Amino acid sequence: MKREVIYADNNATTCVAPEVFEAMRPYLFEKYGNPSSIYTFGGELAADIERARIEVAELLGASWRNNLGQATEIIFTSCGTESDNAALRSALEVQSGRRKIVTSKVEHPAILNLCRELEREGYTVETIGVDGDGRLDMSALERAVDSETALVTLMWANNEIGNIYPVEEVARIAHRAGALFHTDAVQAAGKVPMNMSESEIDMLSISGHKLHAPKGVGVLYVRRGVRFRPFIIGGHQEKGRRGGTENVASIIGLGKACELARKGMAEEIAHVKKLRDRLETGIAERIPAIRINGDKSSRLPNTSSISFEYIEGEAILLLLDQHGICASSGSACTTGSLEPSHVLRAMGLPYTAAHGTLRFSFSRYNTVEEVDRIIEVLPSVISTLRKMSPYWKE
Amino acid sequence: MWDYNEKVMDHFLHPRNIGEVENADGVGEVGNVSCGDALKLSFKLDKDGKISEAKFKTFGCASAIASSSALTELLIGKTLEEAEKITNKDIVAELGELPEEKLHCSVMGMEALQAAIADYRGEKVADGEDEHEGRIVCKCFGVTDVKLRKVIRENNIKTLQEVTNYCKAGGACSSCLDDIQKILDEELKVKHDESSKQPDNGFATWPLVQKVVKVQEVVDREIVPLLAKDGGGMELVDIVGSTVRVRLQGHCSGCPSAGVTIKHLVEDKLREYVSPDIMVESV
Repeated sequence: MKREVIYADNNATTCVAPEVFEAMRPYLFEKYGNPSSIYTFGGELAADIERARIEVAELLGASWRNNLGQATEIIFTSCGTESDNAALRSALEVQSGRRKIVTSKVEHPAILNLCRELEREGYTVETIGVDGDGRLDMSALERAVDSETALVTLMWANNEIGNIYPVEEVARIAHRAGALFHTDAVQAAGKVPMNMSESEIDMLSISGHKLHAPKGVGVLYVRRGVRFRPFIIGGHQEKGRRGGTENVASIIGLGKACELARKGMAEEIAHVKKLRDRLETGIAERIPAIRINGDKSSRLPNTSSISFEYIEGEAILLLLDQHGICASSGSACTTGSLEPSHVLRAMGLPYTAAHGTLRFSFSRYNTVEEVDRIIEVLPSVISTLRKMSPYWKE
Repeated sequence: MWDYNEKVMDHFLHPRNIGEVENADGVGEVGNVSCGDALKLSFKLDKDGKISEAKFKTFGCASAIASSSALTELLIGKTLEEAEKITNKDIVAELGELPEEKLHCSVMGMEALQAAIADYRGEKVADGEDEHEGRIVCKCFGVTDVKLRKVIRENNIKTLQEVTNYCKAGGACSSCLDDIQKILDEELKVKHDESSKQPDNGFATWPLVQKVVKVQEVVDREIVPLLAKDGGGMELVDIVGSTVRVRLQGHCSGCPSAGVTIKHLVEDKLREYVSPDIMVESV
């Protein structure tokens, strides 16, 4: 069996960039001290963390610095999910008179399941729907945001279909009602230019492993002046806003990854967009009865969501796996849940299409040759499964 | 990622008997696309009444395809009577194992087989009846209480999670889980009550007290009044294994028709009301 891997699932996770690993290496071995220590061996690491913090702030376009030159709007966490939990819990705590959250139907489970939990705890959650292309119902959102609303949380970009949402506009709507605005920017970071200095966004979550840093490190950006209550309570780390000894090596890695993303962004966007468009054109030319999902006018350059009608996604993925091709599926069967993806359902995709939906997502490390290989392999995989399908008619 | 064994992967990567049998004798279609799987099974019988051809078309994941493929292999060469006995457990056994969450794929295989046999016999599709009979409990997958009870009984299900694994019910929005739990509790209670009753064919294995109480009850209620009409009586002496020893009294003792009386009356009554394997002896 061929075991050369073509990794086209970069919205799930990414490889650690070699430069990132090299930056981390000393912190895994000789520089193992605790940054809170008073002696140089540990204490000097605190300065390295501050440099990484500035790199993250630069990627986000957050130019504010305190009197020590620190980018204190950046809080390091353990992952995107922790950042989301911290943001939502904090927003509710600091505005105890407001007990409502407004969000969308297409959020990541980190937000959706947390909102469900908050509902059980007695908060009100309003979930705004999307149209057939996954575009947010803005008028419903405007109606939902009111003087009861503590927080509006809307993802910057969707992980499954790649849609980019109008976060600035929604932040303004939230602020008009006196509510805070948070965005889960896990998929957007490094793929969409950001300028927090000119933005109305109050809080923003990112995750290291989606942009070539390691797993286990994330960031919560909290705009200067926005009240914040810590989610993880412990030591004085992160200026008392996130307890727990710093994950030094990963924080250094994330700093490096953000630097690479910022410096290479224009080039990377052009590269992955070329690959994505080549894939979509190639598939559309060779395979009948497909649909390309999402908002073609506003989506991530690296993401393609394609439905292959009348067949099921897990079967497609396992056959692609035989060729070493890694992608993901919105099908029920792959996740252990029994329904297809909540995003595709929110868009009203027919079940025949939703179950057979694949997501390809590229990174700067993918090549044209890899895309061509996918285009070469996919038609026979699809036709093999369609021949087995009771719904497929030639 | 699912942990499929080699047999499952082999059936998935090299499925046997894909397609539709021409001029099929029986065709069964089950599942629906909203659930994420569907199976169309067709077969043909030869002169000797054995299944000579069986083919499938499946919309579904790897385990749905593997279950369908394994089912066709199980079918070929079998008579309809033999085929009828195939259950989802046989399909799982043929594949070695399936992940728990995928057991419903094997159930779909069994349902398609039942539907195809029913089609051959010109009967209404048994499972189609189930689908429409009763009250829909799980709205996401259209599962009725009738179907739930059937699945629970046939697979000896004890937990909510198993219910979902076997028929998907409750696996989506979760709003019916309380309802399913109630049905499950009822079924488990019925089962418990049944098992605390003694099985009909194991009289010899009953505890002695149970044997005596049951037999005495029937003797008093059904037998003594009948014998009393002839001025006779009867008492229970002993029970050994399945043998009930009785002593006839009054006019019955020494009556030439005693043997016949015992055989026909006492034994019949005890067999009818207590257990069919009871033998009666007069002492």
